[in-house]
Amino acid sequence: MSARLIWRKALNVTMLSLTGLCALLTVSALFFILGYLMWNGGKDLSWNFFTRLPAPVGEIGGGMANAILGTLKLMVLAALIGVPIGLLGGVYLAEFGGRTVPFLVRYTADLLNGVPSIIIGIFAYALVVMPMHHFSTLAGGFALGIMVIPTVLRNTESFLRGVPSSLREGSFALGANKWRMVATVVLPAASRGILTGVLLALARVAGETAPLLFTAFGNRYWSPGWMQPTSSLPVIIYTYATGPYEDWHQQAWAAGLVLLGLVLVTNILVRAFLTRGTSFERS
Amino acid sequence: MLLRRMRGADEIAHLITLIAAATLLLITVLLVYQLWVLSAEARHKFGWSFFVTKTWDPVAGDFGALPFIYGTLLTSVVALALAVPLGVGGAIFLAELAPPKLSSSLTFVSDLLAAVPSVIYGLLGVFLLVPIMRTTVQPALKKTLGFLPLFQGPAYGIGFLTAGIVLAIMIVPFVLSVSREVLLAVARDQREAALALGATKWESTWKVVVPAARIGIFGSVFLALARALGETMAVTMVIGNNPKIAASLFSPGYSIAAVLANEFSEATGNLYLSALIELGLVLFLLTFVLNGLARLLILVTTARGSGVLPT
Repeated sequence: MSARLIWRKALNVTMLSLTGLCALLTVSALFFILGYLMWNGGKDLSWNFFTRLPAPVGEIGGGMANAILGTLKLMVLAALIGVPIGLLGGVYLAEFGGRTVPFLVRYTADLLNGVPSIIIGIFAYALVVMPMHHFSTLAGGFALGIMVIPTVLRNTESFLRGVPSSLREGSFALGANKWRMVATVVLPAASRGILTGVLLALARVAGETAPLLFTAFGNRYWSPGWMQPTSSLPVIIYTYATGPYEDWHQQAWAAGLVLLGLVLVTNILVRAFLTRGTSFERS
Repeated sequence: MLLRRMRGADEIAHLITLIAAATLLLITVLLVYQLWVLSAEARHKFGWSFFVTKTWDPVAGDFGALPFIYGTLLTSVVALALAVPLGVGGAIFLAELAPPKLSSSLTFVSDLLAAVPSVIYGLLGVFLLVPIMRTTVQPALKKTLGFLPLFQGPAYGIGFLTAGIVLAIMIVPFVLSVSREVLLAVARDQREAALALGATKWESTWKVVVPAARIGIFGSVFLALARALGETMAVTMVIGNNPKIAASLFSPGYSIAAVLANEFSEATGNLYLSALIELGLVLFLLTFVLNGLARLLILVTTARGSGVLPT
């Protein structure tokens, strides 16, 4: 073998192993993060953590029940605001749209999807907090809801497009009009895919901190109704992690583990179970 | 009669869905409008000098965006320098080498990584990375590369470099999954032709496949850059939150998103608030342009390759 060939083969093996190393490093980050959070936060998870209010600094015990409930309430609001608009918008793009409007909507959805979440926070501040003159659960839910819209819309559209046109033609042939065809044939056929999109979008905003900082703000106590500021898991992790007290740091790890668990479990379950057999194009 | 009612129902359905789609447009227009109107006071008072002023003094009412723009760009550049080789390298492995099963499960893990909330990265950054940077990485860099102005000054642990590293870890999954897609869109014939000419696997990948997917890879880089620019929490927690411009990567700094996160809810006075919102407007425009460009580039490559997708 000539020296040149040996060099080329050596280069081949080296570079290919390097790319493998890159992939390995990237992927192992997830396991490292999960393991590290379990190591640091696992021991602080107890029944109290899920049922008690935060204890005053220096006192032992206390939990984050208000933050957990706050995150759930924010999720409900985000779903109520974001899902109907996203869903119906997606139906429009896939079933009713002409030419120019859908292009514009699609482009805007991608644009809105790329807007930094803190900017969405400013928007919700201007639209909800400023007129009301105080922070509220509603404002936080509004911010998260807006972030849900583009994802749900684009997902719904793509899954509706995946429904074979023979199904549409069949229902037309049976005498259905368009909305009936969409509501009883096309939407059910794409429902699992659409649900996947909705749940993934909600899981994504569940971990958002930035848009909540000056909308839902934070609260040391329970937040009755929808018009009071509320605590939430991501914001409390931020507050506790950057705070000066050791027991806050401990609590931040535990809350981090809960949040990460919530996001990852949703992602894994949704991707593993719901995406099976949703794409018509692939089968 | 029945037929007419059915048509009417169709029209109502059309109208309702159209309203939903139009709401999205309305929200976006309103978003831009709000940013523009609410930043009016700062825009009028400071004009273009806002972008070149270095002072940020809420007490005196002096506001300049330069330290924040500098910090935002610097941390993003550091992040790209680390994340692009890693992401593209990983994508090459997943698209060219790994068996399909392994490739799809690794991509799954990488997608999960992209779903990790940024405050979690911040948490790990504060308690794990910052101490490591202070005691190990920064002293080592100073010893070996200390002659460069980039690696001088005291090692605080926090600062541009640490923020850049956290950002890098956060954007790798984006570079990886988009690059993988565009690499997979390159026609199989190209690879086979290169191999038939006697190229090694690496040569076919590096000299044929990667150049063919070049534009799409650039697209993935722009997309990741747009992410990095707007990333808030993780950066806020490790950058040091000090509005200064320093050549050293060890120096604490500030980014646009971080100053918004820290000061927005405490901003007193209309000028302060509107200066912050103008910073938001700058950030919005930056990400807007980058996202648009990225989408265009990715569209160009996948559209060009899609006719000959390997099936």
